[in-house]
Amino acid sequence: MAQSKNTFLNFFSGRKLIIGVPYVWFISLAAIPLLIVLKISLSTMETASVSNMVDWSKGWPSLTLNFSSYQFIASDALYVKTYLSSIKYALITTIICLAIGYPFAYFMARAPKHIQPTLLMLIMLPFWTSFLLRIYAWKTLLVNNGIINNALISLGVMSEPIAMMNTPFSLTIGMVYSYLPFMILPLYANLSKLDIRYLEAAADLGTSPLKTFWLVTVPLSKAGIIAGSMLVFIPSIGEYVIPELLGGSNTLMIGRVLWDEFFSNNDWPMASAVAIVMILLILVPMALLNKYQSDQASDKAGA
Amino acid sequence: MSHGLNKYFGKAWMLAVYMFLYLPIVTLVIYSFNDSKLVTVWSHASLRWYSALAADADLISAVWLSLKIAFVSALMSVFFGTFVAFALNRYKRFVGRTFLSSMANMPLVMPEVIVGLALLLMLVSVQHWLGFPERGLFTILLGHALLGTAYAAVVVTSRLKEMDGRLDEAAMDLGSKPWQVFTLVTFPLLVPALVSAFLLTFTLSFDDVVLSAFLSGPGYNTMPMVIFSRARLGLNPTINAVATVTITVVTIAVIASSFYTSHVERKRKREMALAYSDAIR
Repeated sequence: MAQSKNTFLNFFSGRKLIIGVPYVWFISLAAIPLLIVLKISLSTMETASVSNMVDWSKGWPSLTLNFSSYQFIASDALYVKTYLSSIKYALITTIICLAIGYPFAYFMARAPKHIQPTLLMLIMLPFWTSFLLRIYAWKTLLVNNGIINNALISLGVMSEPIAMMNTPFSLTIGMVYSYLPFMILPLYANLSKLDIRYLEAAADLGTSPLKTFWLVTVPLSKAGIIAGSMLVFIPSIGEYVIPELLGGSNTLMIGRVLWDEFFSNNDWPMASAVAIVMILLILVPMALLNKYQSDQASDKAGA
Repeated sequence: MSHGLNKYFGKAWMLAVYMFLYLPIVTLVIYSFNDSKLVTVWSHASLRWYSALAADADLISAVWLSLKIAFVSALMSVFFGTFVAFALNRYKRFVGRTFLSSMANMPLVMPEVIVGLALLLMLVSVQHWLGFPERGLFTILLGHALLGTAYAAVVVTSRLKEMDGRLDEAAMDLGSKPWQVFTLVTFPLLVPALVSAFLLTFTLSFDDVVLSAFLSGPGYNTMPMVIFSRARLGLNPTINAVATVTITVVTIAVIASSFYTSHVERKRKREMALAYSDAIR
Protein backbone atom coordinates (compact mmCIF):
# COMPACT_ATOMS: atom_id res chain seq x y z
CA MET A 1 0.00 0.00 0.00
CA ALA A 2 2.82 2.35 0.88
CA GLN A 3 4.46 2.35 -2.53
CA SER A 4 1.36 3.62 -4.31
CA LYS A 5 0.39 6.12 -1.65
CA ASN A 6 -0.07 8.94 -4.10
CA THR A 7 -2.36 7.28 -6.60
CA PHE A 8 -5.84 8.60 -6.81
CA LEU A 9 -7.41 5.18 -6.49
CA ASN A 10 -5.63 4.46 -3.29
CA PHE A 11 -6.92 7.72 -1.97
CA PHE A 12 -10.38 6.63 -3.07
CA SER A 13 -10.30 3.61 -0.82
CA GLY A 14 -8.93 5.76 1.96
CA ARG A 15 -10.59 6.16 5.29
CA LYS A 16 -10.49 9.95 5.12
CA LEU A 17 -12.46 10.10 1.91
CA ILE A 18 -15.03 7.49 2.91
CA ILE A 19 -15.79 9.34 6.13
CA GLY A 20 -15.24 12.80 4.70
CA VAL A 21 -17.73 12.69 1.82
CA PRO A 22 -20.87 11.87 3.86
CA TYR A 23 -19.68 14.26 6.54
CA VAL A 24 -19.53 17.22 4.15
CA TRP A 25 -22.82 16.15 2.53
CA PHE A 26 -24.79 16.04 5.77
CA ILE A 27 -23.16 19.05 7.39
CA SER A 28 -23.99 21.25 4.41
CA LEU A 29 -27.47 19.84 3.74
CA ALA A 30 -28.70 18.96 7.22
CA ALA A 31 -26.72 20.50 10.09
CA ILE A 32 -26.17 24.00 8.67
CA PRO A 33 -29.76 24.34 7.36
CA LEU A 34 -31.14 23.45 10.79
CA LEU A 35 -28.86 26.05 12.41
CA ILE A 36 -30.14 28.64 9.93
CA VAL A 37 -33.72 27.76 10.89
CA LEU A 38 -32.77 28.28 14.54
CA LYS A 39 -31.18 31.64 13.74
CA ILE A 40 -34.13 32.88 11.66
CA SER A 41 -36.58 31.77 14.35
CA LEU A 42 -34.77 34.18 16.67
CA SER A 43 -35.17 37.23 14.45
CA THR A 44 -38.07 39.49 13.60
CA MET A 45 -39.81 39.87 10.24
CA GLU A 46 -37.81 43.04 9.51
CA THR A 47 -34.40 41.61 10.35
CA ALA A 48 -35.04 38.11 9.05
CA SER A 49 -33.04 38.44 5.91
CA VAL A 50 -30.21 36.18 4.99
CA SER A 51 -27.95 39.16 4.34
CA ASN A 52 -27.62 40.08 7.99
CA MET A 53 -27.39 36.59 9.36
CA VAL A 54 -24.48 37.79 11.47
CA ASP A 55 -24.23 41.39 12.58
CA TRP A 56 -20.81 42.93 11.83
CA SER A 57 -21.70 46.52 12.70
CA LYS A 58 -19.67 46.50 15.92
CA GLY A 59 -16.59 45.25 14.11
CA TRP A 60 -16.96 41.72 15.41
CA PRO A 61 -19.58 39.08 14.64
CA SER A 62 -22.54 39.28 16.99
CA LEU A 63 -26.01 37.83 17.03
CA THR A 64 -29.11 39.70 18.06
CA LEU A 65 -31.62 37.28 19.48
CA ASN A 66 -35.27 38.05 19.45
CA PHE A 67 -37.75 35.71 21.08
CA SER A 68 -40.90 37.40 19.85
CA SER A 69 -41.94 34.49 17.60
CA TYR A 70 -41.66 32.06 20.50
CA GLN A 71 -43.55 34.42 22.79
CA PHE A 72 -46.26 34.63 20.19
CA ILE A 73 -46.51 30.85 19.90
CA ALA A 74 -46.70 30.47 23.68
CA SER A 75 -49.30 33.19 24.14
CA ASP A 76 -51.56 32.39 21.21
CA ALA A 77 -54.08 29.72 22.18
CA LEU A 78 -54.44 28.50 18.61
CA TYR A 79 -50.76 27.48 18.30
CA VAL A 80 -50.83 25.61 21.61
CA LYS A 81 -54.09 23.94 20.61
CA THR A 82 -52.64 22.96 17.22
CA TYR A 83 -49.53 21.41 18.78
CA LEU A 84 -51.70 19.44 21.21
CA SER A 85 -54.01 18.37 18.42
CA SER A 86 -51.04 17.21 16.29
CA ILE A 87 -49.74 15.14 19.21
CA LYS A 88 -53.24 13.72 19.70
CA TYR A 89 -53.61 12.61 16.08
CA ALA A 90 -50.06 11.26 16.00
CA LEU A 91 -50.79 9.24 19.17
CA ILE A 92 -54.10 7.90 17.85
CA THR A 93 -52.40 6.94 14.57
CA THR A 94 -49.59 5.17 16.43
CA ILE A 95 -51.97 3.24 18.69
CA ILE A 96 -54.21 2.08 15.83
CA CYS A 97 -51.17 1.13 13.72
CA LEU A 98 -49.82 -0.91 16.64
CA ALA A 99 -53.20 -2.57 17.24
CA ILE A 100 -53.49 -3.57 13.57
CA GLY A 101 -49.80 -4.09 12.85
CA TYR A 102 -48.72 -6.17 15.85
CA PRO A 103 -51.06 -9.12 15.26
CA PHE A 104 -50.32 -8.85 11.55
CA ALA A 105 -46.54 -8.99 12.05
CA TYR A 106 -47.00 -11.82 14.56
CA PHE A 107 -49.05 -13.94 12.14
CA MET A 108 -46.72 -13.10 9.28
CA ALA A 109 -43.70 -14.26 11.29
CA ARG A 110 -45.57 -17.54 12.04
CA ALA A 111 -46.61 -18.11 8.41
CA PRO A 112 -44.83 -20.87 6.44
CA LYS A 113 -41.26 -19.78 5.73
CA HIS A 114 -41.54 -20.08 1.95
CA ILE A 115 -44.47 -17.65 1.61
CA GLN A 116 -43.03 -15.01 3.96
CA PRO A 117 -41.05 -13.17 1.23
CA THR A 118 -44.27 -12.85 -0.81
CA LEU A 119 -46.25 -11.62 2.19
CA LEU A 120 -43.51 -9.08 2.86
CA MET A 121 -43.49 -7.90 -0.73
CA LEU A 122 -47.26 -7.43 -0.62
CA ILE A 123 -46.76 -5.09 2.35
CA MET A 124 -43.98 -3.22 0.55
CA LEU A 125 -45.77 -2.86 -2.79
CA PRO A 126 -48.30 -0.17 -1.78
CA PHE A 127 -45.40 1.59 -0.11
CA TRP A 128 -43.68 1.73 -3.52
CA THR A 129 -46.73 3.11 -5.32
CA SER A 130 -47.23 6.81 -4.93
CA PHE A 131 -48.22 7.95 -1.46
CA LEU A 132 -49.93 11.03 -2.88
CA LEU A 133 -52.07 8.99 -5.28
CA ARG A 134 -53.13 6.61 -2.50
CA ILE A 135 -54.25 9.55 -0.36
CA TYR A 136 -56.16 10.91 -3.36
CA ALA A 137 -57.75 7.46 -3.70
CA TRP A 138 -59.11 7.72 -0.14
CA LYS A 139 -60.67 11.01 -1.11
CA THR A 140 -62.61 9.30 -3.92
CA LEU A 141 -63.71 6.64 -1.43
CA LEU A 142 -64.76 8.91 1.41
CA VAL A 143 -66.48 11.96 -0.08
CA ASN A 144 -70.25 12.35 0.31
CA ASN A 145 -70.99 11.12 -3.20
CA GLY A 146 -67.94 8.88 -2.97
CA ILE A 147 -67.56 5.18 -3.65
CA ILE A 148 -68.25 3.97 -0.08
CA ASN A 149 -71.35 6.12 0.42
CA ASN A 150 -72.69 5.24 -3.05
CA ALA A 151 -72.17 1.54 -2.42
CA LEU A 152 -73.89 1.64 0.98
CA ILE A 153 -76.84 3.61 -0.40
CA SER A 154 -77.31 1.35 -3.42
CA LEU A 155 -77.19 -1.67 -1.10
CA GLY A 156 -79.97 -0.06 0.91
CA VAL A 157 -77.94 0.08 4.13
CA MET A 158 -78.86 3.74 4.44
CA SER A 159 -80.55 6.48 2.48
CA GLU A 160 -78.42 9.50 3.31
CA PRO A 161 -74.64 9.65 2.82
CA ILE A 162 -72.51 9.75 5.98
CA ALA A 163 -70.18 12.74 6.12
CA MET A 164 -66.80 11.05 6.39
CA MET A 165 -64.55 13.45 4.47
CA ASN A 166 -62.88 16.42 6.17
CA THR A 167 -63.39 14.91 9.61
CA PRO A 168 -61.01 13.50 12.22
CA PHE A 169 -62.15 10.09 10.90
CA SER A 170 -60.90 10.65 7.34
CA LEU A 171 -57.66 12.16 8.64
CA THR A 172 -57.03 9.18 10.92
CA ILE A 173 -57.78 6.65 8.16
CA GLY A 174 -55.35 8.39 5.83
CA MET A 175 -52.61 8.52 8.46
CA VAL A 176 -53.05 4.90 9.59
CA TYR A 177 -53.14 3.78 5.99
CA SER A 178 -49.94 5.62 5.08
CA TYR A 179 -47.89 4.70 8.13
CA LEU A 180 -49.00 1.10 8.75
CA PRO A 181 -46.09 -0.46 6.77
CA PHE A 182 -43.61 1.53 8.91
CA MET A 183 -45.09 -0.22 11.97
CA ILE A 184 -45.29 -3.69 10.44
CA LEU A 185 -41.75 -3.89 9.02
CA PRO A 186 -39.71 -3.40 12.23
CA LEU A 187 -42.19 -5.56 14.19
CA TYR A 188 -41.89 -8.35 11.65
CA ALA A 189 -38.08 -8.06 11.64
CA ASN A 190 -38.17 -8.45 15.40
CA LEU A 191 -40.84 -11.17 15.73
CA SER A 192 -39.39 -13.36 12.98
CA LYS A 193 -36.17 -13.64 15.01
CA LEU A 194 -38.01 -14.58 18.18
CA ASP A 195 -36.72 -17.87 19.53
CA ILE A 196 -39.67 -20.28 19.39
CA ARG A 197 -38.10 -22.35 22.21
CA TYR A 198 -39.01 -19.66 24.75
CA LEU A 199 -42.67 -20.12 23.81
CA GLU A 200 -42.35 -23.90 23.94
CA ALA A 201 -40.69 -23.67 27.35
CA ALA A 202 -43.54 -21.51 28.62
CA ALA A 203 -46.11 -23.97 27.19
CA ASP A 204 -44.24 -26.92 28.75
CA LEU A 205 -44.39 -25.18 32.10
CA GLY A 206 -48.16 -24.98 31.73
CA THR A 207 -48.54 -21.29 30.86
CA SER A 208 -51.68 -20.49 28.88
CA PRO A 209 -51.14 -19.17 25.33
CA LEU A 210 -52.54 -15.76 26.21
CA LYS A 211 -50.31 -15.47 29.26
CA THR A 212 -47.29 -16.60 27.23
CA PHE A 213 -48.08 -13.91 24.72
CA TRP A 214 -48.18 -11.16 27.34
CA LEU A 215 -45.32 -12.40 29.49
CA VAL A 216 -42.91 -13.70 26.85
CA THR A 217 -43.66 -12.55 23.30
CA VAL A 218 -44.55 -8.92 24.00
CA PRO A 219 -41.57 -8.15 26.28
CA LEU A 220 -39.18 -9.84 23.85
CA SER A 221 -40.47 -7.69 20.99
CA LYS A 222 -40.18 -4.43 22.94
CA ALA A 223 -37.45 -3.08 20.65
CA GLY A 224 -39.65 -3.66 17.60
CA ILE A 225 -42.68 -2.08 19.27
CA ILE A 226 -40.76 1.06 20.19
CA ALA A 227 -38.96 1.37 16.85
CA GLY A 228 -42.21 0.91 14.90
CA SER A 229 -44.17 3.30 17.12
CA MET A 230 -41.55 6.02 16.79
CA LEU A 231 -41.34 5.53 13.01
CA VAL A 232 -45.08 6.22 12.91
CA PHE A 233 -45.33 8.86 15.63
CA ILE A 234 -42.50 11.20 14.60
CA PRO A 235 -43.43 11.88 10.97
CA SER A 236 -47.16 11.90 11.86
CA ILE A 237 -46.71 14.97 14.05
CA GLY A 238 -45.55 17.13 11.17
CA GLU A 239 -47.68 15.54 8.44
CA TYR A 240 -48.84 18.06 5.85
CA VAL A 241 -50.23 16.32 2.76
CA ILE A 242 -52.74 14.03 4.51
CA PRO A 243 -54.44 16.74 6.63
CA GLU A 244 -54.45 19.05 3.61
CA LEU A 245 -56.20 16.50 1.38
CA LEU A 246 -58.31 14.55 3.88
CA GLY A 247 -58.51 16.58 7.08
CA GLY A 248 -60.49 19.63 6.06
CA SER A 249 -60.24 22.93 7.85
CA ASN A 250 -61.42 21.70 11.26
CA THR A 251 -58.60 19.28 11.98
CA LEU A 252 -55.67 21.24 13.35
CA MET A 253 -52.21 20.00 12.38
CA ILE A 254 -48.99 21.90 12.98
CA GLY A 255 -47.45 20.94 9.62
CA ARG A 256 -50.14 22.95 7.88
CA VAL A 257 -49.54 25.93 10.18
CA LEU A 258 -45.84 25.91 9.25
CA TRP A 259 -46.75 25.71 5.55
CA ASP A 260 -49.20 28.60 5.79
CA GLU A 261 -46.83 30.79 7.80
CA PHE A 262 -44.23 30.27 5.12
CA PHE A 263 -46.23 30.26 1.88
CA SER A 264 -49.26 32.43 2.69
CA ASN A 265 -47.93 34.85 5.30
CA ASN A 266 -44.30 34.88 4.12
CA ASP A 267 -43.40 35.02 7.80
CA TRP A 268 -40.06 33.22 7.89
CA PRO A 269 -39.34 33.80 11.60
CA MET A 270 -42.74 32.37 12.61
CA ALA A 271 -42.37 29.36 10.27
CA SER A 272 -38.89 28.73 11.69
CA ALA A 273 -40.05 29.06 15.30
CA VAL A 274 -42.93 26.65 14.62
CA ALA A 275 -40.37 24.22 13.16
CA ILE A 276 -38.00 24.54 16.12
CA VAL A 277 -40.78 23.85 18.65
CA MET A 278 -41.79 20.84 16.56
CA ILE A 279 -38.19 19.58 16.62
CA LEU A 280 -38.13 19.96 20.42
CA LEU A 281 -41.31 17.86 20.61
CA ILE A 282 -39.80 15.02 18.61
CA LEU A 283 -36.35 15.03 20.24
CA VAL A 284 -37.29 12.49 22.92
CA PRO A 285 -39.03 10.12 20.46
CA MET A 286 -36.02 10.48 18.13
CA ALA A 287 -33.61 9.53 20.93
CA LEU A 288 -35.80 6.51 21.76
CA LEU A 289 -35.79 5.47 18.12
CA ASN A 290 -32.01 5.76 17.82
CA LYS A 291 -31.53 3.72 20.98
CA TYR A 292 -33.86 0.90 20.02
CA GLN A 293 -32.76 0.81 16.40
CA SER A 294 -29.16 0.34 17.46
CA ASP A 295 -30.34 -2.30 19.98
CA GLN A 296 -32.01 -4.19 17.17
CA ALA A 297 -28.92 -3.81 15.03
CA SER A 298 -26.68 -5.23 17.75
CA ASP A 299 -29.16 -8.08 18.32
CA LYS A 300 -28.76 -8.91 14.66
CA ALA A 301 -25.00 -8.77 14.88
CA GLY A 302 -25.07 -11.03 17.93
CA ALA A 303 -27.35 -13.61 16.35
CA MET B 1 -51.85 -23.78 21.89
CA SER B 2 -55.29 -23.62 20.33
CA HIS B 3 -53.77 -23.86 16.89
CA GLY B 4 -56.92 -24.24 14.83
CA LEU B 5 -58.70 -21.09 15.94
CA ASN B 6 -55.47 -19.12 15.98
CA LYS B 7 -54.72 -20.13 12.42
CA TYR B 8 -58.10 -19.04 11.03
CA PHE B 9 -58.04 -15.81 13.00
CA GLY B 10 -54.53 -15.09 11.77
CA LYS B 11 -55.48 -15.67 8.14
CA ALA B 12 -58.60 -13.51 8.44
CA TRP B 13 -56.62 -10.73 10.11
CA MET B 14 -53.95 -10.73 7.42
CA LEU B 15 -56.52 -10.82 4.64
CA ALA B 16 -58.35 -7.84 6.17
CA VAL B 17 -55.14 -5.82 6.41
CA TYR B 18 -54.21 -6.61 2.81
CA MET B 19 -57.69 -5.58 1.70
CA PHE B 20 -57.35 -2.31 3.61
CA LEU B 21 -53.98 -1.68 1.92
CA TYR B 22 -55.13 -2.54 -1.60
CA LEU B 23 -58.73 -1.25 -1.62
CA PRO B 24 -57.79 2.37 -2.53
CA ILE B 25 -55.34 1.24 -5.20
CA VAL B 26 -57.83 -1.12 -6.80
CA THR B 27 -60.65 1.45 -6.86
CA LEU B 28 -58.26 4.04 -8.27
CA VAL B 29 -57.44 1.71 -11.16
CA ILE B 30 -61.04 0.58 -11.78
CA TYR B 31 -62.45 4.09 -11.84
CA SER B 32 -59.76 5.27 -14.26
CA PHE B 33 -61.72 3.31 -16.89
CA ASN B 34 -64.98 5.02 -15.95
CA ASP B 35 -66.61 7.11 -18.65
CA SER B 36 -68.46 9.45 -16.27
CA LYS B 37 -67.21 12.95 -15.51
CA LEU B 38 -67.99 12.20 -11.88
CA VAL B 39 -65.02 10.25 -10.57
CA THR B 40 -67.07 8.24 -8.11
CA VAL B 41 -70.15 7.33 -10.14
CA TRP B 42 -69.71 4.41 -12.50
CA SER B 43 -71.32 4.78 -15.92
CA HIS B 44 -69.53 2.47 -18.37
CA ALA B 45 -66.02 1.50 -19.31
CA SER B 46 -63.98 3.72 -21.60
CA LEU B 47 -60.49 5.02 -22.19
CA ARG B 48 -61.76 8.59 -22.20
CA TRP B 49 -59.50 9.76 -19.37
CA TYR B 50 -56.46 8.19 -20.94
CA SER B 51 -56.94 10.25 -24.08
CA ALA B 52 -57.54 13.27 -21.84
CA LEU B 53 -54.25 12.43 -20.15
CA ALA B 54 -52.44 12.14 -23.49
CA ALA B 55 -53.69 15.64 -24.40
CA ASP B 56 -52.79 17.14 -21.01
CA ALA B 57 -49.60 19.08 -21.86
CA ASP B 58 -49.11 20.43 -18.31
CA LEU B 59 -49.25 17.02 -16.75
CA ILE B 60 -47.04 15.40 -19.38
CA SER B 61 -44.29 17.99 -19.09
CA ALA B 62 -44.55 17.59 -15.30
CA VAL B 63 -44.10 13.83 -15.69
CA TRP B 64 -40.95 14.34 -17.78
CA LEU B 65 -39.53 16.77 -15.24
CA SER B 66 -40.26 14.31 -12.43
CA LEU B 67 -38.61 11.45 -14.33
CA LYS B 68 -35.48 13.54 -14.94
CA ILE B 69 -35.28 14.63 -11.32
CA ALA B 70 -35.96 11.13 -10.03
CA PHE B 71 -33.26 9.59 -12.25
CA VAL B 72 -30.49 12.04 -11.34
CA SER B 73 -31.39 12.34 -7.66
CA ALA B 74 -31.56 8.53 -7.34
CA LEU B 75 -28.03 8.27 -8.79
CA MET B 76 -26.84 10.92 -6.33
CA SER B 77 -28.63 9.18 -3.45
CA VAL B 78 -27.05 5.82 -4.20
CA PHE B 79 -23.60 7.42 -4.55
CA PHE B 80 -23.72 9.29 -1.22
CA GLY B 81 -25.74 6.58 0.53
CA THR B 82 -23.01 4.04 -0.29
CA PHE B 83 -20.42 6.35 1.26
CA VAL B 84 -22.54 6.67 4.42
CA ALA B 85 -23.01 2.90 4.62
CA PHE B 86 -19.27 2.24 4.19
CA ALA B 87 -18.26 4.93 6.66
CA LEU B 88 -20.59 3.62 9.37
CA ASN B 89 -19.90 -0.06 8.70
CA ARG B 90 -16.18 -0.14 8.04
CA TYR B 91 -15.14 2.29 10.71
CA LYS B 92 -16.61 1.65 14.10
CA ARG B 93 -14.69 4.42 15.83
CA PHE B 94 -14.10 7.90 14.53
CA VAL B 95 -14.73 11.38 15.81
CA GLY B 96 -18.36 12.34 15.25
CA ARG B 97 -19.58 8.87 14.27
CA THR B 98 -22.74 9.29 16.36
CA PHE B 99 -23.22 12.72 14.82
CA LEU B 100 -22.93 11.28 11.33
CA SER B 101 -25.30 8.40 12.02
CA SER B 102 -27.94 10.64 13.55
CA MET B 103 -27.61 13.12 10.68
CA ALA B 104 -28.07 10.18 8.29
CA ASN B 105 -31.16 9.02 10.20
CA MET B 106 -32.65 12.48 10.48
CA PRO B 107 -34.26 12.76 7.02
CA LEU B 108 -35.94 9.35 7.50
CA VAL B 109 -38.22 10.53 10.28
CA MET B 110 -38.02 14.33 10.38
CA PRO B 111 -41.31 15.81 9.12
CA GLU B 112 -40.78 16.84 5.52
CA VAL B 113 -42.01 20.39 6.08
CA ILE B 114 -39.05 20.97 8.42
CA VAL B 115 -36.51 19.47 6.01
CA GLY B 116 -37.96 21.54 3.18
CA LEU B 117 -37.96 24.77 5.17
CA ALA B 118 -34.40 24.23 6.43
CA LEU B 119 -33.02 23.43 2.98
CA LEU B 120 -34.78 26.36 1.40
CA LEU B 121 -33.49 28.86 3.97
CA MET B 122 -29.97 27.48 3.49
CA LEU B 123 -30.18 27.68 -0.32
CA VAL B 124 -31.55 31.22 -0.15
CA SER B 125 -28.55 32.23 1.97
CA VAL B 126 -26.12 30.56 -0.41
CA GLN B 127 -27.80 32.28 -3.33
CA HIS B 128 -27.50 35.59 -1.52
CA TRP B 129 -23.76 35.16 -0.99
CA LEU B 130 -22.75 33.46 -4.24
CA GLY B 131 -25.48 34.47 -6.69
CA PHE B 132 -26.52 30.86 -7.30
CA PRO B 133 -28.24 28.39 -7.27
CA GLU B 134 -31.44 29.73 -8.74
CA ARG B 135 -34.47 27.89 -7.33
CA GLY B 136 -35.51 25.18 -9.77
CA LEU B 137 -34.25 21.88 -11.05
CA PHE B 138 -30.94 21.87 -9.16
CA THR B 139 -32.42 22.79 -5.79
CA ILE B 140 -35.12 20.11 -6.08
CA LEU B 141 -32.39 17.61 -6.98
CA LEU B 142 -30.43 18.47 -3.85
CA GLY B 143 -33.48 18.07 -1.62
CA HIS B 144 -34.47 14.72 -3.10
CA ALA B 145 -30.87 13.51 -2.98
CA LEU B 146 -30.64 14.40 0.72
CA LEU B 147 -33.78 12.40 1.48
CA GLY B 148 -32.71 9.57 -0.83
CA THR B 149 -29.21 9.33 0.67
CA ALA B 150 -30.72 8.38 4.01
CA TYR B 151 -32.84 5.61 2.47
CA ALA B 152 -30.06 4.35 0.19
CA ALA B 153 -27.75 4.18 3.21
CA VAL B 154 -30.25 1.91 5.01
CA VAL B 155 -30.51 -0.46 2.03
CA VAL B 156 -26.75 -0.64 1.41
CA THR B 157 -25.99 -0.99 5.13
CA SER B 158 -28.23 -4.01 5.52
CA ARG B 159 -26.47 -5.63 2.55
CA LEU B 160 -23.00 -4.81 3.90
CA LYS B 161 -23.91 -6.36 7.24
CA GLU B 162 -24.88 -9.70 5.78
CA MET B 163 -21.95 -9.81 3.36
CA ASP B 164 -19.23 -12.34 3.95
CA GLY B 165 -16.22 -10.35 5.17
CA ARG B 166 -14.00 -13.35 4.50
CA LEU B 167 -14.21 -12.72 0.74
CA ASP B 168 -12.58 -9.30 1.16
CA GLU B 169 -9.95 -10.79 3.44
CA ALA B 170 -9.25 -13.61 1.01
CA ALA B 171 -8.78 -11.14 -1.84
CA MET B 172 -6.39 -9.10 0.28
CA ASP B 173 -4.47 -12.20 1.32
CA LEU B 174 -4.07 -13.01 -2.36
CA GLY B 175 -2.41 -9.63 -2.82
CA SER B 176 -5.23 -7.43 -4.14
CA LYS B 177 -4.90 -3.73 -3.51
CA PRO B 178 -7.75 -2.12 -1.56
CA TRP B 179 -9.27 -0.56 -4.70
CA GLN B 180 -9.05 -3.92 -6.45
CA VAL B 181 -10.86 -5.54 -3.54
CA PHE B 182 -13.55 -2.91 -3.94
CA THR B 183 -13.96 -3.10 -7.71
CA LEU B 184 -13.53 -6.87 -8.08
CA VAL B 185 -15.13 -8.25 -4.89
CA THR B 186 -17.14 -5.78 -2.81
CA PHE B 187 -18.80 -3.83 -5.61
CA PRO B 188 -20.10 -6.83 -7.61
CA LEU B 189 -21.56 -8.26 -4.42
CA LEU B 190 -23.23 -4.94 -3.69
CA VAL B 191 -24.87 -4.52 -7.10
CA PRO B 192 -28.29 -5.99 -6.15
CA ALA B 193 -28.45 -3.67 -3.13
CA LEU B 194 -27.45 -0.70 -5.27
CA VAL B 195 -30.18 -1.55 -7.76
CA SER B 196 -32.87 -1.74 -5.11
CA ALA B 197 -31.55 1.44 -3.46
CA PHE B 198 -31.78 3.15 -6.85
CA LEU B 199 -35.36 1.98 -7.39
CA LEU B 200 -36.43 2.99 -3.88
CA THR B 201 -34.91 6.48 -4.07
CA PHE B 202 -36.23 6.91 -7.62
CA THR B 203 -39.80 6.25 -6.45
CA LEU B 204 -39.33 8.46 -3.38
CA SER B 205 -38.27 11.35 -5.57
CA PHE B 206 -40.96 10.64 -8.15
CA ASP B 207 -43.55 10.79 -5.36
CA ASP B 208 -42.33 13.74 -3.32
CA VAL B 209 -44.52 16.81 -3.10
CA VAL B 210 -43.48 18.70 0.05
CA LEU B 211 -39.73 19.10 -0.60
CA SER B 212 -40.43 19.96 -4.25
CA ALA B 213 -42.95 22.64 -3.27
CA PHE B 214 -40.40 24.30 -0.98
CA LEU B 215 -37.45 24.01 -3.35
CA SER B 216 -38.88 24.58 -6.82
CA GLY B 217 -38.96 27.87 -8.62
CA PRO B 218 -41.36 29.32 -11.18
CA GLY B 219 -41.85 27.04 -14.16
CA TYR B 220 -40.69 23.91 -12.37
CA ASN B 221 -43.77 21.87 -11.53
CA THR B 222 -43.17 18.22 -10.83
CA MET B 223 -45.87 15.63 -11.41
CA PRO B 224 -46.78 15.30 -7.70
CA MET B 225 -47.01 19.10 -7.45
CA VAL B 226 -49.51 19.20 -10.33
CA ILE B 227 -51.50 16.25 -8.95
CA PHE B 228 -51.51 17.76 -5.46
CA SER B 229 -52.77 21.13 -6.62
CA ARG B 230 -55.55 19.44 -8.62
CA ALA B 231 -56.48 17.04 -5.82
CA ARG B 232 -56.74 19.99 -3.44
CA LEU B 233 -59.43 21.50 -5.67
CA GLY B 234 -61.43 18.32 -6.01
CA LEU B 235 -61.62 14.99 -7.75
CA ASN B 236 -60.29 14.69 -11.26
CA PRO B 237 -60.54 11.51 -13.41
CA THR B 238 -57.27 12.34 -15.22
CA ILE B 239 -55.51 11.74 -11.89
CA ASN B 240 -56.97 8.22 -11.87
CA ALA B 241 -55.57 7.61 -15.34
CA VAL B 242 -52.09 8.89 -14.48
CA ALA B 243 -52.24 6.87 -11.24
CA THR B 244 -53.03 3.67 -13.13
CA VAL B 245 -50.12 4.22 -15.49
CA THR B 246 -47.65 4.85 -12.63
CA ILE B 247 -48.95 1.95 -10.57
CA THR B 248 -48.56 -0.43 -13.51
CA VAL B 249 -45.02 0.71 -14.25
CA VAL B 250 -43.95 0.59 -10.59
CA THR B 251 -45.47 -2.85 -10.00
CA ILE B 252 -43.68 -4.28 -13.03
CA ALA B 253 -40.40 -2.65 -11.98
CA VAL B 254 -40.62 -3.93 -8.41
CA ILE B 255 -41.50 -7.48 -9.42
CA ALA B 256 -38.81 -7.51 -12.13
CA SER B 257 -36.18 -6.21 -9.72
CA SER B 258 -37.07 -8.78 -7.08
CA PHE B 259 -36.73 -11.55 -9.70
CA TYR B 260 -33.42 -10.03 -10.79
CA THR B 261 -32.14 -9.88 -7.20
CA SER B 262 -33.08 -13.47 -6.41
CA HIS B 263 -31.58 -14.58 -9.74
CA VAL B 264 -28.26 -12.85 -8.99
CA GLU B 265 -28.30 -14.29 -5.50
CA ARG B 266 -28.87 -17.86 -6.73
CA LYS B 267 -26.16 -17.47 -9.37
CA ARG B 268 -23.67 -16.21 -6.80
CA LYS B 269 -24.48 -19.06 -4.41
CA ARG B 270 -24.04 -21.60 -7.21
CA GLU B 271 -20.68 -20.10 -8.20
CA MET B 272 -19.51 -20.03 -4.61
CA ALA B 273 -20.56 -23.63 -4.09
CA LEU B 274 -18.61 -24.55 -7.23
CA ALA B 275 -15.58 -22.61 -6.07
CA TYR B 276 -15.65 -24.29 -2.67
CA SER B 277 -16.03 -27.75 -4.16
CA ASP B 278 -13.07 -27.04 -6.47
CA ALA B 279 -11.04 -25.90 -3.51
CA ILE B 280 -11.85 -29.05 -1.55
CA ARG B 281 -10.96 -31.28 -4.48
